[in-house]
Amino acid sequence: MVTATALEAELLELAGSVPDPELPVLTLQELGVLRAVHASGPDTVEVDLTPTYTGCPAIEAMSTDIERVLRAHGMREVTVRTVLSPAWSTDDITAEGRRKLQEFGIAPPRERHDTGPIPLTLGATRTLAEDTDPVRCPHCGSADTELLSRFSSTACKALRRCLSCREPFDHFKEL
Amino acid sequence: MTATAPATAALALGDDALVLSHRLGEWAGHAPVLEEEVALANIALDLLGQARVLLSMAGDEDELAYLREERAFRNLQLVEQPNGDFAHTIARQLYFSTYQQLLYTELAAGDGPFAPLAAKAVKEVAYHRDHAEQWTLRLGDGTELSQERMQQACDALWRFTGEMFQPVEGLDADWADMETRWLESMTDVLGRATLTVPEGPRSGAWSAGAGRQGLHTEPFGRMLAEMQHLHRSHPGASW
Repeated sequence: MVTATALEAELLELAGSVPDPELPVLTLQELGVLRAVHASGPDTVEVDLTPTYTGCPAIEAMSTDIERVLRAHGMREVTVRTVLSPAWSTDDITAEGRRKLQEFGIAPPRERHDTGPIPLTLGATRTLAEDTDPVRCPHCGSADTELLSRFSSTACKALRRCLSCREPFDHFKEL
Repeated sequence: MTATAPATAALALGDDALVLSHRLGEWAGHAPVLEEEVALANIALDLLGQARVLLSMAGDEDELAYLREERAFRNLQLVEQPNGDFAHTIARQLYFSTYQQLLYTELAAGDGPFAPLAAKAVKEVAYHRDHAEQWTLRLGDGTELSQERMQQACDALWRFTGEMFQPVEGLDADWADMETRWLESMTDVLGRATLTVPEGPRSGAWSAGAGRQGLHTEPFGRMLAEMQHLHRSHPGASW
């Protein structure tokens, strides 16, 4: 990565502190969707943003929010570009981001150990305590949970149910 | 875009995604259970996102989606087929998402203009294919009635599957190899679902490759009329 100037580092931090429009407990930096900030002049800046899912409608709200924050900081020209490559992965969510998701009642994604565009191997629908990497209930911590639907309130989440406390919950599914 | 080959390919892939997205969206309010309603809408949203990127590579996305006539669309005839019953929708999903996963995996591995989108979309498509496979297994290896209807659906759509492997100009892929692997995958999934791999021809003389050349089946015109109605009636409308 090209060394950022002090101004770029400052703007990156500002843009990164913008909350995600659908999961406001996470910042864009914690979600891992903010790729770079290039200042081409004292008040002209380009921001590279990557979508979580190709069709994620939140990207437009994110762009607007970034523009607003950077303009309020004295930038006159703010251009937010959508970049696809390299493809975003749930591994780009920071450790702090995972912790916040859990606290918010959403089971964080498990880490993927492969890279690149190889299709996911999708596991069993039920996880158990003896599994090495179960999806844990964000409410009671039990590993005994089952999948209800691979698709939930947004494209990035799956719907699961805890078989210990019986509460349904969202799981930020691995991508 | 200066070269025409990438534009042709962008239209083919973009129209597949757009048209199937619209068909899946028609399930909103009609799906058998709430979870399915949400699942089909989410799959439709993924496809719409892919369509927007692809159509933007070929021109103005709105003009291409809303102002083209039927004969200008380059999608496969498979994706324009009406939803039918739930089994038909699942069979269409199984056939198409398996194809899309194979194709996007190849495109993602190359360095062509579609590699970035393909690398992203292939991960989404893995979930679509898994969704279709799980339902195929449940319906096929389910009750006598569900098996009968799933088999009917697989049989009915089989004749539209040959077209998927007609080479598309501008896409660097080994079509014959993809077709072999697609057939292996179908044999595997349908076998586990206690269904029979359909025997009929996978394209008719009247239809081979026809969608890619702008020839579509009758229900497509009605679908387009509904999809384009708002934009054509109120040009430039926004909310």
